[in-house]
Amino acid sequence: MKTYLQFLWRCFRLSFVGDRRYYAWMFVLTAFVLTGVWAYCRQVMQGLCTTGMTDQVSWGFYIANFTFLVGMAAAAVMLVIPVYIFKNRELHHLVIFGELFAVAAIIMAMLFVTVDLGRPDRFHHLLMKFNFPTSMLTWDVLVLNGYLLLNLHICGYLVYCAYRKRQPGKVFYIPFVFVAIVWAISIHTVTAFLYSGLGGRPFWNSAVVAPRFLASAFSAGPAFLILTLTVLNRFTSYPVAPKAFMTLRVVVAIALSINMFLLGSEAFTEFYTDSAHGASAHYLFLGLNGRSALVPWIWGAVALNMIALVLLYLPVSRNLRVLQAACVMLIVGIWIEKGMGMIVPAFVPTPLGEIVEYLPTLNETLVTLGIWAGGLLVYTILVRVTVPVLEGRLTYDQSFAAATEAGGSANLHGPEGA
Amino acid sequence: MSNLRIHEGPATPGPDVSRRSFLRTGASAVGGMAALAAALSPLRELISNPSISVDQFLQKHYREMTPNEMEAALTRIRAKVEERYQVRPHLRDVRAMDGVEFAYALNLSRCIGCRKCVHACVAENNQSRSPEIQYIRVVEMPRGTLDLEKGNHHYERPKVPDAAHFYLPVQCHQCANPPCVKVCPVEATWQEPDGITVIDYDWCIGCRYCEAACPYWARRFNFAEPSVPKEQINPNMAYLSNRPRERGVMEKCHFGLHRTREGRMPACLEICPTGARKFGNVLDPSSEVFEIIKTKRVFVLKEEVGTLPRFFYYFDERYPNALDPEALAIGEQLRREEGEAFGAAPGLGATEFASAASRRDGGRA
Repeated sequence: MKTYLQFLWRCFRLSFVGDRRYYAWMFVLTAFVLTGVWAYCRQVMQGLCTTGMTDQVSWGFYIANFTFLVGMAAAAVMLVIPVYIFKNRELHHLVIFGELFAVAAIIMAMLFVTVDLGRPDRFHHLLMKFNFPTSMLTWDVLVLNGYLLLNLHICGYLVYCAYRKRQPGKVFYIPFVFVAIVWAISIHTVTAFLYSGLGGRPFWNSAVVAPRFLASAFSAGPAFLILTLTVLNRFTSYPVAPKAFMTLRVVVAIALSINMFLLGSEAFTEFYTDSAHGASAHYLFLGLNGRSALVPWIWGAVALNMIALVLLYLPVSRNLRVLQAACVMLIVGIWIEKGMGMIVPAFVPTPLGEIVEYLPTLNETLVTLGIWAGGLLVYTILVRVTVPVLEGRLTYDQSFAAATEAGGSANLHGPEGA
Repeated sequence: MSNLRIHEGPATPGPDVSRRSFLRTGASAVGGMAALAAALSPLRELISNPSISVDQFLQKHYREMTPNEMEAALTRIRAKVEERYQVRPHLRDVRAMDGVEFAYALNLSRCIGCRKCVHACVAENNQSRSPEIQYIRVVEMPRGTLDLEKGNHHYERPKVPDAAHFYLPVQCHQCANPPCVKVCPVEATWQEPDGITVIDYDWCIGCRYCEAACPYWARRFNFAEPSVPKEQINPNMAYLSNRPRERGVMEKCHFGLHRTREGRMPACLEICPTGARKFGNVLDPSSEVFEIIKTKRVFVLKEEVGTLPRFFYYFDERYPNALDPEALAIGEQLRREEGEAFGAAPGLGATEFASAASRRDGGRA
């Protein structure tokens, strides 16, 4: 117990240690977090009128980001499956960074739902009257918290074992890894059912929503991990095999292809049928009655995804720079497609046919940026602490100073910028 | 980001260096705390003027309160209303009557689109005037369709007599299979034995899932602190209906239950100049709604979504090509008497409120 507390304390201290670039990065994130806190305090005092939401478009930026981030969290399985089911070697010691990102993404997703509540002071009502299993939102509360605990356990256990220089006992984590695989798929499925179960919103009321969510998540998530591994490769001595990037590249390319196929199927059904059900899709892709705020966004997203898809299939993306560019494009593309492109159009037109457009306000945007910065802050700390522990530079039998000093010298021999 | 090239470890030896690092750590800690305090500064008002009391925080769900606890809650709410509006409210918990299931029927051949029901509802139910919240939306529909996307929500004055249009008022349909109730994560909204779907305003957490689930756009959210002028407050109140709401909770039409559960008619029906609205107990064979549902060609909106509404519409078969001439005559008379005010569109509606809010917010991002 004492060793464990010392471990936590050392992790905490380690998160404040780094070079100038590390401090600069953390300072910028903290500044955004505090600005977000300030904007959220304003929202608490004045109400959700500080957002662009209305009775007509009653969910906006917050729920859009929530949906996107649940997908990012679920995407950790795209590393877990190759390693634990197909026994992939290159990714084996990298899985943990996917799981750590799942932790950060789930925290962000939960924060986004919390800031969307009109009465956060009544949060405890959820514990006293839990409308389970009728309300899909209660399912989401359960699966998200469960997924967070699963990942915290798996990562925490493995990292702590490395700290104690112990061989991890398979019984204590392998079963959880397999539960987490199914669980990851469930979190995004439940989130999709949240929308697709509503008969009054034809745009969402489609069986393809859940598969589409999974496909887009399984391309955006691993794409983000490619970027993370690039950073890891560049700034630390942690070994990242070039083959790992190529494996993930294949995963991203296939998932993105499936996503584009499903998007096309959806578009075909809406536009070829051309029934009244297609009004929201019309609004999204073509504009409705002269209102077309989302049209440039969705076509921008489609263009980014298509370019990324072509790049991923061409040999040119074996070059890491090209691969990174493709990843950035598809993350942005999917964020638009799944966030603003999935949530907002379902409200336009309203069930009574009124067309009111939605744009986030400055305050809402600051809260959103604050949550993203907070999530990246959490992820940075998690990665920053995990790397020296897994490399055996921070263990229970060494002094803290030795860990940081050794870290300095270890890096000199590291594959800088490889 | 995870650079491990450490130049200044905290355990560097030497008294001078450790003093410098102590000062540096201290200065950044102080700076950090100051920044956090600045970030939290909008909450200052909360400390001097807390908006919720401990009693309210601990209050139970409506259906779990004992009679004593309900009385305590009512006393607290009465005091709050009196403090805020200087009116002693007649506030009580009105329960559903046995053997009653309410239903509404609306004669579309008699509705002249004058929006009097909208305004009567706002006055009766203490809805916020700014930002404006209304439970009833009247849609001007072209003849020959029930496709709501072809309707006009913002018509200036009703065009009656106009053979090309009819008027479709929509409010909560008090569905027998309500999607809003199904989705609520905290059971803050439920269907009562008399068929009315109600909301416990003290239990709602404001997630707006019900608003997304409603196929009739019947629910309204208090995006800002609701405001009702003192002199316009209606002191006849019930816990589940028109007591003043707070910021951040849902509200909607409740068939005027503080009236209807005591044998009176809803305010929207009483004000209707043409008698287009009919309300009553559908379990009572002698009631008007029973007769209408039995004999007229009634229909419900969006039957295909399976919500089983208790709000029925019908056209009078006697006047297949125009509005009922009697209703038109009433409309003509009102137009003469009221002039510009006839059929006035709601003032600062929800749509305009959104842009007003964003202006207040210093522009959209």
